[in-house]
Formats: sequence, C-alpha cells, structure tokens
Amino acid sequence: MAIFVPFTIKIDFLMQIKELEDIASQVRRDIVRMVHGCASGHPGGSLGCTDLLVGLYFQQMKISNRKGKGGFLSFRMDGVNEDLFFLSNGHISPVFYSVLARRGYFDVAELSTFRKIDSRLQGHPTTHEHLPGIRVASGSLGQGMSVAIGAALAKKLNGDDRMVYVLMGDGEQQEGQIWEAAQFAPHHKVDNLVAVIDLNGQQIDGSTDQVMNNRDLKAKYKAFGWRVMEIANGNDMEEVVKGLRKAKRISGKGQPIMILMNTEMGAGVDFMMGSHKWHGIAPNDEQLAAALAQLPETLGDY
Amino acid sequence: MKKYTYTEKQDTRSGFGDGMTELGRTNPKVVTLCADLVGSLKTATFIKENPERFFQTGIAEANMMGIAAGLTIGGYIPYPTTFANFGSGRVYDQIRQSIAYSNKNVKIAVSHAGLTLGEDGATHQILEDIAMMRSMPNMTVINPCDYNQTKAATIALADHVGPAYLRFGRPKVPIFTDPNQKFEIGKAWTVNEGKDVSIFATGHLVWEAIQAGEILAEKGIDAEIINIHTIKPLDTAAILKSVRKTKCVVTCEEHQANGGLGDAVAQTLAQNFLAPQEYVAVNDSFGESGTPEQLMAKYGLSAEAIVEKTLKVIARKS
Repeated sequence: MAIFVPFTIKIDFLMQIKELEDIASQVRRDIVRMVHGCASGHPGGSLGCTDLLVGLYFQQMKISNRKGKGGFLSFRMDGVNEDLFFLSNGHISPVFYSVLARRGYFDVAELSTFRKIDSRLQGHPTTHEHLPGIRVASGSLGQGMSVAIGAALAKKLNGDDRMVYVLMGDGEQQEGQIWEAAQFAPHHKVDNLVAVIDLNGQQIDGSTDQVMNNRDLKAKYKAFGWRVMEIANGNDMEEVVKGLRKAKRISGKGQPIMILMNTEMGAGVDFMMGSHKWHGIAPNDEQLAAALAQLPETLGDY
Repeated sequence: MKKYTYTEKQDTRSGFGDGMTELGRTNPKVVTLCADLVGSLKTATFIKENPERFFQTGIAEANMMGIAAGLTIGGYIPYPTTFANFGSGRVYDQIRQSIAYSNKNVKIAVSHAGLTLGEDGATHQILEDIAMMRSMPNMTVINPCDYNQTKAATIALADHVGPAYLRFGRPKVPIFTDPNQKFEIGKAWTVNEGKDVSIFATGHLVWEAIQAGEILAEKGIDAEIINIHTIKPLDTAAILKSVRKTKCVVTCEEHQANGGLGDAVAQTLAQNFLAPQEYVAVNDSFGESGTPEQLMAKYGLSAEAIVEKTLKVIARKS
C-alpha cells in the first residue's frame, strides 16, 4: 500500500535530518576533543551512539523547555510529563555530556572539565555532582535497565504517559542483572519502556563473538516477551529517527520495546572504526587533528 | 530506673509488616518490592490493601534494587524487601551505585539477619551486613530491637530523605519498648542509667543486655544500658557522655566483631575518650544450623556472655 506523503512534509523531514546530522557532527567533535583534553575516556562507543542520542534529545524525546538560571534548561529530577533517558553503559559519558550541553542543560564550556579534578563531568555519569540531565549514576554495567524500569513504573503510577528510554551496550548483555530486568519488564507489562542495545560487536578484550558470544539477542528478547525491532544502521540519522518513531508508535501495547541497533564503534572518524582498539583510549595531538578534519564544526567548538 | 516493660513475644519482622500496613494507609508515596519472600517479610496486608503499590520481582534481588532506585525518580519511597543476606552482600554494587552514590530515597528492609535465622545455616546467616552498609557513604543503618521499635523505625524512615538499610530478624523475641514511641533516627535510647559500665547493644542483643543488667545488679554492679538502634549516623554524644561517666564499655551485636557496632563505638572512643572495651559479637566465624537459642549461646551472644565480658572490662579499668 502506497502512502501519500505531501512533498513539503518530505522536504521538512529531510531538513530536520540535515539539522540533526549537523548537531551530530559537532557532538562528535566535542567527544574527540573531550577525551583528548584529559587523555582518557571512551571515544569509540561514544561516536557510535552519537546519532541515537542526538535523535533522542533533539527530535524524539519530549523535554521541558522551561529555562532557569543562566538561560539553561531547568532540570527536574522527577521528569514529570517529560520523556526520560538512562545511559546504562556509562563509559560513553562523552556523548551524553556533549548532547546534554548542546541541548541546553549546561554551558558547553564545561565540557573542557571532563574527567578533571573538581568537575561535574565525572569519568562516568553521576548525580553526585548535580550535573543537570543526569538521573542516576552508571558505569558499573548492567544496572541501567532496572533503574529505567523503576522510572517507567513510577510514570504509570503517576498517570504520566511519557516514555522512558535506556541505552545499553552489547558487551553489557553479558551481565546477569540485564536478564533479571529482561524477565521483569514483560511480566509486569512495562510498555512505556524503549530499550536500545548498541550492537557494535566490540568490547574491551576483542569482538563480542570472541570474548563471550551473545548469540541471537533478537531470539532471546523475543523469548523473554519483548517486542523486538531493529535499526539496521544506527549511524544513519534518518534510520535512527524513523526507528525511534516506530518504537514510540508500537509502545503502549502491553510489551516493552527492544531496539537492536547496529552501529560502528568510532563512527565518523575513519581510523577509529572497525576494531575495539578505540574503546577506551584517547587520541594524541596528531590523531585529534586528523579526526577533527573529518568532522565539520557546525555549532562552534566549546 | 527501668524504662521498659516486658509484655509478650513477637518477631521484629512483624513490626516491619505492621509498620508497612500503617504506611500503606497514610502515605500514598510508599511502595514495596519483594524478591519472592512476601510471607517472610509480613507485607501481605500492605499488598492486599495497595496491590498497585507492590512489585514482585521474583528471585532477582539485583534488579529489585535498581527498580527501587528508578521508582524514587518519579517521587516514590520504595521499600525493597528480602532476607538480609540477599539485600546486602549479594547486591552490594547495585546498592552502592544505583542507590547510595546516586543518593536515592530507597529504604532497604531486610529480615532474617544474623544467627537467629537458625536452622537454614550459615549460607543465609549474614553477619557482615552492618559492616558493609556502615562503610557506604550516604547510607543510614538501623537495627531495631523489638516489634514496637521495628514498627516505629519503619514508619519513621518514610519521612527521612536518603538511602537507608533497615535490618531485623526472624524469631519471636520479647516486646519491651513503648508501643507509642516516636522513633528518632540517630538518637540512642537509654534503657537503664548506671555508673559502673556502659553496655551498648543493638537488635536482638538489647533484650540480652537487659537480662545481663539484672544479673549484674545482683552482683552489685550498676550497668548503664543504652540501645544503639541507629548504627549510622552513630549517636556519639550519647556514647561519650555515658563512657565519660562509667569509664568502660561492652558492645553487643548479632554481627561480626569486625566492622560492626563495636568497631563504630571503638572508632569514636579512640578519637575522643580512651576506655577499655569488650565485644559481644561473632568472632570472625560463619554460623551454622541450630535453633536460635542454641546458636546465640554457642557463639557467645547471650546474657551470660554479656555478664562475663562486663566483669572482664570492669577489671580492666585502671
């Protein structure tokens, strides 16, 4: 069945995608500059998940635009009537911090403090330093989906119909707690939850197939009672945006939604792609220059 | 001067369950979770009256702690429940990251702590949980002594903001505290004033300390008995005031000597006022199967043991 799409709407959509791609390019610049600035951190997974986080925060998620001190977004921990995002694989904090800053939660200049002493931008995300936009600490893997489920249950109790999103890594699927959460969410019909697994096939010690084979995650989650869908290329903004829209559309029907999202670790920087080597190391000066040459500065560097 | 009256025996976990029943009726933000131990935790009435505010997690305690953390984000006050062993050591990292470091308003409520769990044996007899929990930043640690105090602590925690660990037990034990008490977190309760020795006791050992006090009185020893129900934050003012008077200390707990109430008191004394101290606690050992009474006697957690340690510590006074 052909669906008639008016030409102007199509153009609007493509312009939105272009805008999101521009934001993603700037976020990628932020990521490599942040990890270079402190000579530590995790650029690979951050670059791979940039399109998802930009798609979520700049397009898919409903976030209150109420401004507070300094013209920044006023952050409410309870997120009432807002969509919530939880980052379970907290080591990709650079992409999270950049997207939060670019979305207006705090000054982009603060990105330069990443992983440095007295910073609110800790190596892994935390509520402890009261950085706006963060709702729970993460980094010790396997815990984020449980927290997201709790937040989703609270939304149901509160009669709040907004969604809860959570991102996990594929290596993270090896943690046992994930599967405790995986059985809970369908059993309790947590259908306001969209979980995303970043399938980049890499983890610290090598490829996930070699380190500990996840085998068929689609079959596993289906068997646990999830509605499973895929984003074939999580580094294609149009696919990401369409995938997130579909997830929202099919939510609310008694099942949690799982998105299996294929990405390339290091996406956007050619020499960081195709291996696990850039999981947790920072570029040197030369490598930084080479990376930045591939990423247009669209919104102005911090 | 006696400030207690023995009435009847009841388990502390029923105090928790009845506290939850009351909270269910008075505080719409209170929710509870359980990892397949509803009967043991005595929350059936809460669940019956508020089915939408109960979440069964199955035998999956790590997930339960994470979900509890998430529920606080929407403004709820979750009480995740299980046995003390599974609500502390088994899920230490989940509590540490998702609850304590994240400063979530979760009230971890755990039963069957210590040796008095009895016949199930050492696999279930956690004796290290106070040490683990009191070393964790942001965490409040409470170990009430009878049914009434457990009920009052359960209710008080709903008005306290921040992570807490509430530890109670399985067997029926004497009720001797005021049924209408107002539970003050972090405020020690002086059971008996005395001048010869300070006996600081927590949990099931408070009744044993009271029994010991009566035996000591017959020997002409005037013991001050203080109930430290809140191990963190510790009522250091009450402890130092008492020890400055008596000049010696016996600490009593159903827990390892390493890292528990005794060490918390010793830390306070070492920094403020040196005095000899004896521990009534488990001495670097696992428990075993047996009745609660047999186990408490075998591992030296009885009134007789408290008397013995008291005589010893008084003799050490210079």
